[in-house]
Amino acid sequence: MKHLLEMRNLSIDLFRGKKLPPVKLVEGVDIDIDKKQNFGVVGESGCGKSITCSTLMGLLSFPLSVGEGSSLRFLREDGTESELTSLSRAEMRKIRGKEISMIFQEPMTALDPMYTIEDQINETLRFHTDMTRAQMHEAALEMLRKVKIPRAAEILKDYPHHLSGGMLQRVMIAIALINNPRLLIADEPTTALDVTIQAQILDLMNDLRESYDTSVIMITHDLGVIAETCEEVAVFYAGQVIEQASVDAIFHEAAHPYTAGLLRSVTSLGGAQKTLYAIRGTVPTAGNFSAGCRFAERCEYCQERCRKEAPPLAVIAPGHTCRCWLHPAQKEGTA
Amino acid sequence: MSQELLDVQGLKTYFPIKGGVIRKTVGYVHAVEDVSLTIGEQETFALVGESGCGKSTTGRSILRLIEPTAGQVRFDGQDLCALDAEAMRKKRRDMQLIFQDPYASLNPRMTMRKLLEEPLRTHFTQPQKEIDERVHWIADAVGFSRDQLDRYPHQFSGGQRQRISIARALITGPRFVVADEPVSALDVSIQAQVLNLLMQLQQELKLSYLFISHDLNVVRHISTRVAVMYLGRIVESGDTEAVYCHPMHPYTQALLSAIPRRDPSEPKTRIHLEGDVPSPANPPKGCAFHDRCAQCMKICSEEAPAPRVMPDGRRVACHLFDG
Amino acid sequence: MKSFVETLRKLWADPMGKIGMVGVFLLLAMAVCAPLIAPYPYDQIGMRFQSPSGEHLFGTDKFGRDIFSRVLYGAQVSIQVGVIAVGIGAVFGYLLGLAAGYFEGVVDRVIMCVMDVLFAFPSILLAIFISAVLGKGIGPTMVAIGIVNIPVFCRTVRAAVISAKGLEYVKNAKSVGVKTWPILVRHISPNVVAPFTVQVTLALSGAILTEATLSFLGMGIQPPSPSWGSMLSEARADMARAPWVALFPLLFIVVTILVFNILGDALRDVLDPKLKV
Repeated sequence: MKHLLEMRNLSIDLFRGKKLPPVKLVEGVDIDIDKKQNFGVVGESGCGKSITCSTLMGLLSFPLSVGEGSSLRFLREDGTESELTSLSRAEMRKIRGKEISMIFQEPMTALDPMYTIEDQINETLRFHTDMTRAQMHEAALEMLRKVKIPRAAEILKDYPHHLSGGMLQRVMIAIALINNPRLLIADEPTTALDVTIQAQILDLMNDLRESYDTSVIMITHDLGVIAETCEEVAVFYAGQVIEQASVDAIFHEAAHPYTAGLLRSVTSLGGAQKTLYAIRGTVPTAGNFSAGCRFAERCEYCQERCRKEAPPLAVIAPGHTCRCWLHPAQKEGTA
Repeated sequence: MSQELLDVQGLKTYFPIKGGVIRKTVGYVHAVEDVSLTIGEQETFALVGESGCGKSTTGRSILRLIEPTAGQVRFDGQDLCALDAEAMRKKRRDMQLIFQDPYASLNPRMTMRKLLEEPLRTHFTQPQKEIDERVHWIADAVGFSRDQLDRYPHQFSGGQRQRISIARALITGPRFVVADEPVSALDVSIQAQVLNLLMQLQQELKLSYLFISHDLNVVRHISTRVAVMYLGRIVESGDTEAVYCHPMHPYTQALLSAIPRRDPSEPKTRIHLEGDVPSPANPPKGCAFHDRCAQCMKICSEEAPAPRVMPDGRRVACHLFDG
Repeated sequence: MKSFVETLRKLWADPMGKIGMVGVFLLLAMAVCAPLIAPYPYDQIGMRFQSPSGEHLFGTDKFGRDIFSRVLYGAQVSIQVGVIAVGIGAVFGYLLGLAAGYFEGVVDRVIMCVMDVLFAFPSILLAIFISAVLGKGIGPTMVAIGIVNIPVFCRTVRAAVISAKGLEYVKNAKSVGVKTWPILVRHISPNVVAPFTVQVTLALSGAILTEATLSFLGMGIQPPSPSWGSMLSEARADMARAPWVALFPLLFIVVTILVFNILGDALRDVLDPKLKV
């Protein structure tokens, strides 16, 4: 296996009762994550980007479940491969927090208000290592310094409500990285923070990347965050990946009308034109997807075929895939 | 200044902090500290700043939805703070608020028609026929068809709900609208639709906006003048383009440099701000920004800087520009 | 109206709700149809202390009155007292709670202070005290139980109003300039309905119990009017000799309270938006 993680044909079902067929919230997602790669996942609310990544942590719970035929192959630390969808709960717990860890959007609610910062860091250490109390204290202190928290020794004794949102997000990052995971999932890590604090956190994550062998999946709705942090990007729309390419290709040669429209409406902000470029219509909700292309209703270039036939995810240039009839697949087998 | 629609001078809003067994007031949160601004006819004035800087409280204090502690708000020459509750309530016809969260700000038990009729029935007595006409007109203006009028809010998407909110705010024909983060809760692809609608309605209905937002890109696009707030004070205000191109106050400079790039190939020039925003219950002595400022001088920790008018008409509150 | 029918439908779908609804319906039917079902008038005298038989389903008491008939008529009294007493408590409690919750400040403090004082008394003692002042009989009993119920309703409503006031759409209505009264009626009241309805159901069982207690103590309904409480009270001396005299009124008190509580719990599950998926 040459990748760290191979997602194949991932789908996520929403259970609606015994009599109804499940709704597919996410469908046919193929993503590869390399070692030490910074991978961006961008999309609007409800597009399935967050639940896709929760699946990696084994965090889906009723009424959500992984659909049939999905595969998530993960390269373990010891060099073996694991199929994450078929691991037992106990096995999954060993991976979670050790080999794959996660940072959440709301640091204020993701930490337990009843325990000190040190307790919460120790919790991850205790489960995955056999350090003594003193060793754990040292490790925690060291880690807080790495995420540039001032007065680290004092902060360890504090409770979450003593700290600001930016500080708490640093603590979250410290907890996520303390076991030196192979994959870090960051789910909108800066959305709840102010711009100046967001800038601090993004810079911190970029700095830490140098000293860790961790691959990062950055989930966000903000193309600016993607531009700041990622190398490769997958764009989600209505439960599907509609385009995937390197950051440069996405920002400069966006192929899918949705990606292009999104970029145009963002870059027209502050431009000379007073009227902003806007994608018309609204995002379809799960269960109401059309049989054809899911973006067809809102697309400027929509043709007869788009409404009837769903376009496949085609390789349109080396390392650039797109789900649109406007861009036919390249003949050569570059995939 | 006769052509100014709104003139706010020395606005202060403090919230008491209660403590102890008998809930005695032990201190005050200085949410809005000495804010002055003017907004002209058909102008969009933006208030920008980070969470907790007091921009929302300023907007609501101007509308007296939160009672200001001190200061003067003149609307069309009339002092709003001198009005009694009933007169102020009647005045709301001319000044409205658009809320941030379109999911929470519409009564889920009322249809769109009822939601739009309510402000009309509150402020006017007119026959049903005229009410219907007005409702159809505004629904048309924000892009709804008549058969959608009898639906409930939950049958609409976020962007559509925000358009209902806008229609509800504009149906009485106000001249001044406070838009409190009107697009922050919306998806990126929907934000542009709503911003376009706001700008188009401003032209058609000759509205003045106080546009409150933390999104610096949105503010740059929509406003003609902007005020940057930090810990309840305006640190810099002036023409939007001038402020964005040549920010003068160190905080404005840092804030603008923190905007994520829109293009990965743009060069990165970022001013780092250390630490966090201090609590407005216990602001630092002197300039509120001094403990995070890279250009802090001795005087900054001793004396709060007064706003000074710059040659280009901008107002900056910073000791760097003294004398 | 639509939401009322909707609520009933949801209640019916819930097994506990179904039990509660059927139970309450049977009790009401029993009370309403007492003159039709009862084999004897409630005060007709006959053979004393007959054990239950085909002729006297629940036996007879020390005056030879048919207990089955008296229990049926007793349902009338008990439910009448329950409904009217809860009605008094609910109406005054609702208005006071609305005022306290919406206006806050001095109004709130004065109202809640009075309520806390009322609350501080054990409710049964308060009811006895009020009965003692107002006199015996069905009217004073209802008033006494009603007053005891006011603080409970007042608190429930006040809490619901205060949380509704924080809702964005209530603030929105204020910013639009809507007057106080329409805000209360259109925007706040609907949020109070759910906890209020639940409280009514629970208070009904409490009121029936309080009536029984008062009557048992001789403060409430006076003989020969049949109320379950007064029947129990009269049966005190004969309990060893003729247990059925006490057993059947007691059984009906227990079942009635159980049924109303089950309905109240089911109603809370149905109406509480926090439990909705």
